[in-house]
Amino acid sequence: MSIKIGIPRALAYYAYFPFWKEFFQELGLEVIVSQATTKQILDNGVKESVTDACVPIKLFHGHVYDLKDKVDYIFVPRIVSVNKEKTVTFCPKFLGLPNMIKSSMTGLPPLLDTRIDLKKGKGELFKVCYRLGRKFHATLFTIIKAYLRGRKAQARYQRLLNKQYTPVEALNLMEGKETPSFDSKQELIFAVLGFPYTVYDKFVNVDIINKLRKLGIKVLTAEMVPPKILLQQAKKVPKNLFWNFGNQVVRAALYYLDNFKVDGIIHVTAFGCGPDAMVDKMIELEAKQRGKVPFMSVTIDEHTGEAGLMTRLEAFVDMLVLRRGLS
Amino acid sequence: MKITFPYMGTSHIAFKMLVKDLGHEPVVPPKPSKRTLTYGTQYSPEFACLPFKILLGSYLEAIEKGAELVITSGGAGPCRAGYYGVLHQKILQDLGYDTKIMVMESPYRNIFDFLGKIKAVIGPSGVSWWTFIKMFKKAWEKLKVLDETEFLSHQIRPFEVNKGETTKVFNKCLEIIDEAYTLAEILEAREITGKMLNNIPQDRNRRVLKVGIVGEIYVVLEPFANHDIETTLGEMGVLTHRSIYLSDWTRENTGYESTESVIKAASPYIDELFGGHGICSVGHSVLYAKKGFDGVVQLAPFSCIPEIVAKPILAKVTEDHGIPVLTIFLDEQTGKAGLQTRLEAFVDLLAQKRSRLEEIAI
Ligand code: SF4
Ligand code: SF4
Repeated sequence: MSIKIGIPRALAYYAYFPFWKEFFQELGLEVIVSQATTKQILDNGVKESVTDACVPIKLFHGHVYDLKDKVDYIFVPRIVSVNKEKTVTFCPKFLGLPNMIKSSMTGLPPLLDTRIDLKKGKGELFKVCYRLGRKFHATLFTIIKAYLRGRKAQARYQRLLNKQYTPVEALNLMEGKETPSFDSKQELIFAVLGFPYTVYDKFVNVDIINKLRKLGIKVLTAEMVPPKILLQQAKKVPKNLFWNFGNQVVRAALYYLDNFKVDGIIHVTAFGCGPDAMVDKMIELEAKQRGKVPFMSVTIDEHTGEAGLMTRLEAFVDMLVLRRGLS
Repeated sequence: MKITFPYMGTSHIAFKMLVKDLGHEPVVPPKPSKRTLTYGTQYSPEFACLPFKILLGSYLEAIEKGAELVITSGGAGPCRAGYYGVLHQKILQDLGYDTKIMVMESPYRNIFDFLGKIKAVIGPSGVSWWTFIKMFKKAWEKLKVLDETEFLSHQIRPFEVNKGETTKVFNKCLEIIDEAYTLAEILEAREITGKMLNNIPQDRNRRVLKVGIVGEIYVVLEPFANHDIETTLGEMGVLTHRSIYLSDWTRENTGYESTESVIKAASPYIDELFGGHGICSVGHSVLYAKKGFDGVVQLAPFSCIPEIVAKPILAKVTEDHGIPVLTIFLDEQTGKAGLQTRLEAFVDLLAQKRSRLEEIAI
């Protein structure tokens, strides 16, 4: 029986899953992803984590809990940096994640708490992979092959995102599953921005993307802006944020404000999220400065209500339609 | 130019002098108050941390008093504090003020940027680099004296015979230090204030509990943010030892630990610098436990990321070292009365623990 590696469907999952899945599978390990968020997962997460944590962190706990009796290892890397931008790292909760999990949960299988710090230099990701591979007694050759296949999968994923598939849709496509296509008579285009784990976890955000689509809105997200273009936006702000995902959101907002005009921006933020408080205000002020593009922020928490959100979305859309004289 | 700066503990006394010495007019923001906070909260994002709100309120109050430039410090993160300046500036702009915020980043990050900013301040008033260095050193000296005086006051307060006297004397001490302008005067003020504090009638036989204070720098340093916690505890007969002071006075004196040893003490629990003072909170708590302190109070702004990460780890420290830790998250709603009750309960717990230990020892 092969060794099972559990990957929580939370936090960095939406950004880097294809790479790790491919990599672990090539090593001959079985990858098991926790199920999509449910009420049960959320409740478990709330129970297992410190009360002051943000919802996404609580959810992460819930997903770890979901995996704990099903796998031999759980992959909880300590993600410090993912590119060469020197001053950029992740929310401290990412940096302290393995410690947090270990100190607040019991009865877990061993964690793979590999440190991922890619700003250290070229080839760093391979080194990380090498260390992981050796742990499972893979040969150098296998590790190289797994690494390359991982990169290939990630590149394919990125291409799908660039084609404006959402991460969830892109992942489905890669698994060979169908994704529903949307008719093109959508007239309004919205940028729905936020950390990937708040924007794509449709349980916690009560499926905001599809709700908008049903209202006839075309939805674009931060992940759909090719990384290079995203990076070009950096020079528009006096100082970068320290958080990788935060930067992506601000940059995507600038892109959608300046280069690719959208009709509205919705910022999805997590209740109690520190970085988001700053990001949200930044986007609001940038949008205001440029006039015109309406901005709305949606805060999600454990009790985000379906009805309440729907009303707000409808009101926002109505306002826009009125403004543009559309019918 | 009229220059203002953040209000944090007693440091404004030193900054005020420095700004004056550099040929500008200092605008000392009013001591943070309910009004400051209301102001700050009104224009800040809801989930911004408490220091962000108090600082913004403070800047607005200073602008009312005519400030044209705010000089503040940056930060290398990975925390929000490093981004305060940018966002504060945007918010001021949005409110229609043209006051500039000058963020002094660490010279190690960008030495030209650092020097350029100093030049922009001293250039217009014709102050030479040489004078600047001299004046800076003098201000630093004053900062050290301020820290030393405050430290001493916390050492004496739990023993005072007449409740409240230390605080009264301490406030006088601050006035004296404020008056001192030359280096000689500053050193003289140090002598005098030391004597004044030591002359407070004390009951040295009193048995006091020792509590270490750790947490996020702003709320640890600014009594308005922490509802005067050190004074409150002191008057309950608790000797507090604060893990953070602004100047390096502490580092030059015994009884304080170097950053390396703090990080080392934290290393069995956490091996990553996760921003802010989270790792220091853990390290200091371990060290306090080893030094036989009775307890630790962790102070943090509500939603403060590094301290939230530190909290469950501190629970582990309690488990391993037996030192109770009280975590206090502070926000606009925190009331003094509620805090007082929590502190009393905590102190009771520590006292009981102490007497139990003593019984065993006998
Ligand atoms: S960035 Fe915000 S939502 Fe994400 S882990 Fe940190 S606090 Fe939570
Ligand atoms: S350390 Fe805490 S209070 Fe300071 S910026 Fe970070 S989150 Fe805010």
